[in-house]
Amino acid sequence: MQFSLQDDQFKGLLWQIAVVGITVAVIAWLWSNALHNLSVRRISTGFAFLGREAGMPIVDTWIAYSPKDTYLRAFIVGVVNTLRVAVIGIVLATILGTIVGIARLSSNWLLSRLAAVYVEALRDIPPLLQLLFWYVLMQGLPPARGAFNPIDGVFLSNRGLVVPSIPLDGGQFWVIAAAVAGLIVFHLLRRRLIQQQIQDGHARRIWPYGLLLVIVLPALLSWLLRVSWTVTLPQLRGFNFVGGWTFAPEYFALLIALVTYTSSFIAEIVRSGIQAVPKGQWDAALALGLRRSFVLRQIVLPQALRVIIPPMTSQYLNLTKNSSLAVAIGYQDIVSIANTTLNQTGQAIEAIALIMAVFLTISLGISLFMNWYNARIALVER
Amino acid sequence: MTTIADAPRPSSRPRSAIEANPVLRWLRQNLFSSITSSIVTLLLVALLAKLIMSFVQWGILDAVWSVPGNDTSACRAARGLGACWAVIPEKYRFILFGTYPFDQQWRPALATLLFIALFYVSCLRSFWRRELMLIWAAALVVIGLVMWGGVPGLPFVSQERWGGLPVTLILATFGLAFGFPLGILVALGRRSKLPAIHSLCVLYVELIRGVPLISLLFMASVMLPLFLPEGFSIDKLLRAQVAFVLYAGAYLAEVVRGGLQAVPRGQHEAADALGLSYWQKNRLIILPQAIRHVIPPLVNTFIAFFKDTSLVLIIGIFDLLTTAKTAIIDPAWQAFSVEVFIFVAVIYFVFCFAMSRYSRHLEAQGRRGT
Repeated sequence: MQFSLQDDQFKGLLWQIAVVGITVAVIAWLWSNALHNLSVRRISTGFAFLGREAGMPIVDTWIAYSPKDTYLRAFIVGVVNTLRVAVIGIVLATILGTIVGIARLSSNWLLSRLAAVYVEALRDIPPLLQLLFWYVLMQGLPPARGAFNPIDGVFLSNRGLVVPSIPLDGGQFWVIAAAVAGLIVFHLLRRRLIQQQIQDGHARRIWPYGLLLVIVLPALLSWLLRVSWTVTLPQLRGFNFVGGWTFAPEYFALLIALVTYTSSFIAEIVRSGIQAVPKGQWDAALALGLRRSFVLRQIVLPQALRVIIPPMTSQYLNLTKNSSLAVAIGYQDIVSIANTTLNQTGQAIEAIALIMAVFLTISLGISLFMNWYNARIALVER
Repeated sequence: MTTIADAPRPSSRPRSAIEANPVLRWLRQNLFSSITSSIVTLLLVALLAKLIMSFVQWGILDAVWSVPGNDTSACRAARGLGACWAVIPEKYRFILFGTYPFDQQWRPALATLLFIALFYVSCLRSFWRRELMLIWAAALVVIGLVMWGGVPGLPFVSQERWGGLPVTLILATFGLAFGFPLGILVALGRRSKLPAIHSLCVLYVELIRGVPLISLLFMASVMLPLFLPEGFSIDKLLRAQVAFVLYAGAYLAEVVRGGLQAVPRGQHEAADALGLSYWQKNRLIILPQAIRHVIPPLVNTFIAFFKDTSLVLIIGIFDLLTTAKTAIIDPAWQAFSVEVFIFVAVIYFVFCFAMSRYSRHLEAQGRRGT
């Protein structure tokens, strides 16, 4: 290396030293200010506050929590609340978005126009405004006494949505676990059988294995353990419902807003993915005499998936990040709980660091999963 | 569910009366091409008719359009049956301009018009030249002057009193005006071969994109004061603006990076062969091509960004959505938030729809290769 400004390598080194130096200096300056300000305000830094009693009420939880628990537990409740809206939201938005995206390409003019209006209307309005709108509508529902009761045991009122519940303590849990395990075994078995069919050309019957693994065996287990499957119907007592599962209005409004908003983007992704599949694929499959719905499911969608997956990943990440809008309507997700903690303890840096850590972890998790899935469905070229 | 659109089956010559009549033929091909399609059409028509009827009933026939003074008894009587549009003429000045002094509200209105003119001019192909930057700089200075005042004829208005649509437009436009150059620098840094600069840029982009905007806004409103020297304070709006610039920078950097990747290697090599320096090469050869490639996704990022400005509601800055929500705190009008939200949604929709139309128009032009 020559030490002259004409030398590219030397210039590059100087640039790097300058940029890194300035960045480090700015961060050090900000940090020293922060330490000084915190000591003036008598706020101690560090995560010791997580062990203290939170004293914060959380209304809607899936895991046991009382205000006497620690801040750490409150944070865990917040993470669970974020995940439960994000995971269910992603599943529902994918289903709804795929339906709308396919409808957008329908040969039926009315259906495709309506799908277009749905997409255009939803994605051009800020999600926060949509959320507030749904929440106001939820609050405008009749009180528990005059709840809408479309099906027996399902009530929709300003207390949220109440549905019948099945107790899940003990036996029932094991039976459901057995059915899920059976489903996984069935899936693996099916892949093996299809492999064998590809090798020797003999079609094999698959469905009896499914029946046995997913239904017969769990039913047998249920009978052996003498599990009772009593459904608890919600009952109106006084001003609220007893029994059943309740989805709070905040949760319900957030879920609807996230699902409808994200589904409009997913619909566009699905549409362009399907359109990216060459028309020759359709023609060839139809020439073989296959049915249109079969061609869509088995030939076009698998190829479209390769175009769809990468932008879909970023929509899933967006939905997860948008779930933090919850703070505007008082659904206690991680951001809302961190915000309350911040107001109670003044631990601004720690609270925001926790929010960032949680979201970076979730984002990384979704990205890893989607990259794995993308690699799995990628075209294998010889 | 009907199936995917396909070219309609070619009919060589009209065979029946239906085929001869263009309207009936269109109906047959597009709405009643098969039994499933006919059932879907009939179901949708029934559903649509019901929805439109109930909306017309609620929004027009049974609606209350005006009430005397602040007396909302007529609205209350119609509650649940008809809309109370009377809330809009009563509150629109507050929703659009917030607490800006009432007799001076022509100034934020003028600023809004200037913003719209600026966007319009930026969309015209004949203005895509270096001078556009000067136009932007001039327009932003004029808008600042109109909003702040403090010169003869225009009394000073502190930005605590700004609100409504101008604040939304300020957050979005200034965020873009500063976030775009930042995004270009970061995109170049991310493509750089210098390891320290490359990793810094990756870290910045991934950190910002990995967390929700709300946490950045919290950071700006709660943490930034902690990080500044004692006694040195920045206005709340400016702090949110800083968060928006950082946020926009990270997202725009990724879009611009996509454009940079699309520029063929030969362009780099040719520029190097001419003896251009790194900055000359990027400024004169690479960036103009890269940005042209990504104009439609850039517009889509702008749309997302415009919608995202509404999040400042959560840290209590008076943008369009916050003024709308504040307008209905008034007990007399509390029950009519749906009407106000629809009004605001229409405003957001008009802006975003115009932009998305424009982006689609550009994409179509790009496909034709102009």
